[in-house]
Amino acid sequence: MRFMKNASLATLALAIGAAFAPSALVPSALAAEGGHAHIERQTWSFGGFTGQYDTAQLQRGFQIYKESCSFCHGLSRVRFRNLFEPGGPQFPEEAVKALAQSWPNKIIDGPDNEGKMFEREPKAFDPILGPYRNDNEARASQNGALPPDLSLVAKARAVEYTGTWWAHPFSMLRDIATGYQEGGPDYLYALLTGYEEPPADFTLAEGMQYNMAFPGHQIAMPAPLGKDSFITYQDGSGSLEQNARDVAAFLAWAADPSLNTRKNTGWLVMLYLLITTVLLYAGKRALWSKIPH
Amino acid sequence: MDHTSNYEPKSSFAKWWDDRLPVMRLMQGQLIDFPTPRNLNYLWTFGGILTFCLAAQIMTGVVLAMHYQPSAAEAFNSVEAIRRDVNYGWMIRNFHAVGASMFFIAVYIHIFRGLYYGSYKAPREVLWIIGVLIFLVMMATAFMGYALPWGQMSFWGVTVITNLFSSLNEIISGVGTAVVQWLWGGYSVSGTTLNRFFSLHYLLPFVLAGLVILHIWALHVSGQNNPTGLDIKTKADAVPMYPYAIAKDAVGLFAFLLLFAWFVFFLPDYLGHADNYVEANPLVTPPHIVPEWYFLPFYAILRAIPSKLGGVIAMFASIVVLVFVPWLDTSRVRSAKYRPLYKWFFWLLVIACLGLGYLGAKPPEGAYVIWSRIFTFYYFAHFLLVMPILGLIETPKPLPKSISASVLPSGGGGAPQGAAAAPETR
Repeated sequence: MRFMKNASLATLALAIGAAFAPSALVPSALAAEGGHAHIERQTWSFGGFTGQYDTAQLQRGFQIYKESCSFCHGLSRVRFRNLFEPGGPQFPEEAVKALAQSWPNKIIDGPDNEGKMFEREPKAFDPILGPYRNDNEARASQNGALPPDLSLVAKARAVEYTGTWWAHPFSMLRDIATGYQEGGPDYLYALLTGYEEPPADFTLAEGMQYNMAFPGHQIAMPAPLGKDSFITYQDGSGSLEQNARDVAAFLAWAADPSLNTRKNTGWLVMLYLLITTVLLYAGKRALWSKIPH
Repeated sequence: MDHTSNYEPKSSFAKWWDDRLPVMRLMQGQLIDFPTPRNLNYLWTFGGILTFCLAAQIMTGVVLAMHYQPSAAEAFNSVEAIRRDVNYGWMIRNFHAVGASMFFIAVYIHIFRGLYYGSYKAPREVLWIIGVLIFLVMMATAFMGYALPWGQMSFWGVTVITNLFSSLNEIISGVGTAVVQWLWGGYSVSGTTLNRFFSLHYLLPFVLAGLVILHIWALHVSGQNNPTGLDIKTKADAVPMYPYAIAKDAVGLFAFLLLFAWFVFFLPDYLGHADNYVEANPLVTPPHIVPEWYFLPFYAILRAIPSKLGGVIAMFASIVVLVFVPWLDTSRVRSAKYRPLYKWFFWLLVIACLGLGYLGAKPPEGAYVIWSRIFTFYYFAHFLLVMPILGLIETPKPLPKSISASVLPSGGGGAPQGAAAAPETR
């Protein structure tokens, strides 16, 4: 079988150290297992062990969040100030403060001197809230479905391995060697671009949509973006795919705002450890060379 | 074995102190002059690596506890606040979470090293049993620690594992339920459970530290095993711990730290589960509840047995059986290097354990169950059948005359075949 031959060649390729070869070991032709669709891996500026966020992409992604997602979903673990801090979208501080003031979802504060709670405009240190005060209110206005808070969604979703069992360890080794952690954004991209007509033999429950990437394929969320209903950027460009990619990147940042610092620090730490290990090894060899062992 | 301290106080104050609390004498005797076999390979650096892991977990854990709030309402939020708002909180939290996994990687290598070179045999039985206790306490600590972020996997992992004790109802009706409610502090897993787990998670590492001191004490009484499995007989067999063993330990530790840092900085979430970034919700059960990777082999054993009580007994037995290994192994030869048959069975055990680890992450259905049963059978057969029988029927290879004879080119009259060329002694 040709597939078998390809697969064993791929294994061989890995065995001789081709750990960085892209996708050689995840046989994409294999059928999905247990209701999990095969999710294509995307290229992300922040992917792998060297990747960093693309500021312009995060800004575009925030635009998508604001103009589409925020009508139902909160982002409550992200604060407005994060939008101008280093390592994020880095909007101008003044623009963010103005944005906070005009944000439609107000902050409930209080109690005031008379013991009453009151609404006020968000400030830079406040969380980016969605339209609903609590889950019950959300469900009541969403036909029973709960739009989850998106602060952590990029970390809370993963791509299930769908290849053969024997290739699994190699796939894991490759992910470890390349620092692959982008399962969440990969999934979000697939989800946002995965709305399709259901197959003829598929029965959708009322009010549900068919989505290729969603586990079980039935999703309550109507397609937030479409082939013909995408959001246009300031320069006039835009497409469904571009929108989906940008907002997935933005949500990856929302879930992991310290990624840039983490990787930069990581390289310094690795360099320090590597040099120290080599020096210690040289010292150990010199020391032990005097005695047989 | 003679390893009295060569400590000589150099000042009158040192002399005065030494007469009252000879701690410097102890340090010099145990950490500097202590004779270590000259043929130790890098697998013997894992003791030091594990000591580092425990110390690092305690230090990062103390800092995390300053910011963490052990309540059902705030636990998840406080972990997120550590990641986002505490200075370098992301690093400390990653270090602690990845550190748990690294601790287990190191302890598994350490245990299998002991099994390969027969480090459990007389006179090291007590040393080995303390090691098994350390492993048990480590698992309890890690299990409770995993509950603390109060994500979905934390909550449901605790629910599944604590519920196992309800199988005791099959022995005495009502006992299981009573035990489970006692563990929970209520009628379900709740903030009360989280609170007591936090308390114990802070306590147990210090119990571990105490056990580690006993472990090292026992080690320093019997002396270290080594790749030949022979005792230190003459001065030529050993080198002082400082600088020789320490220099090697340092190389091993820093090489290990490279792997450690790789995960901390580039793959902090790789060893965890995505569902734990969803806050605990008693009303929503995740589709697959899986424990942390280091528990997967035991989880597979649990599910391989068709009865709940049987599974629980098998799971605990898989650790308890290790206590009896010093007496189950009937061979007089320690090191597998000189045991041509045992060597093969050792690698079979490694395969069985890796296989169980893989199967523990799979749903309990079809071929997965069959393979879980095969590997579980072999796991127990290895200790209960192979070890006792093999020692009686196996003909070991000729042993070298001494440790030094095994490493000196022409030393002590004829090194045995293979020993001098063995790569692990380089």
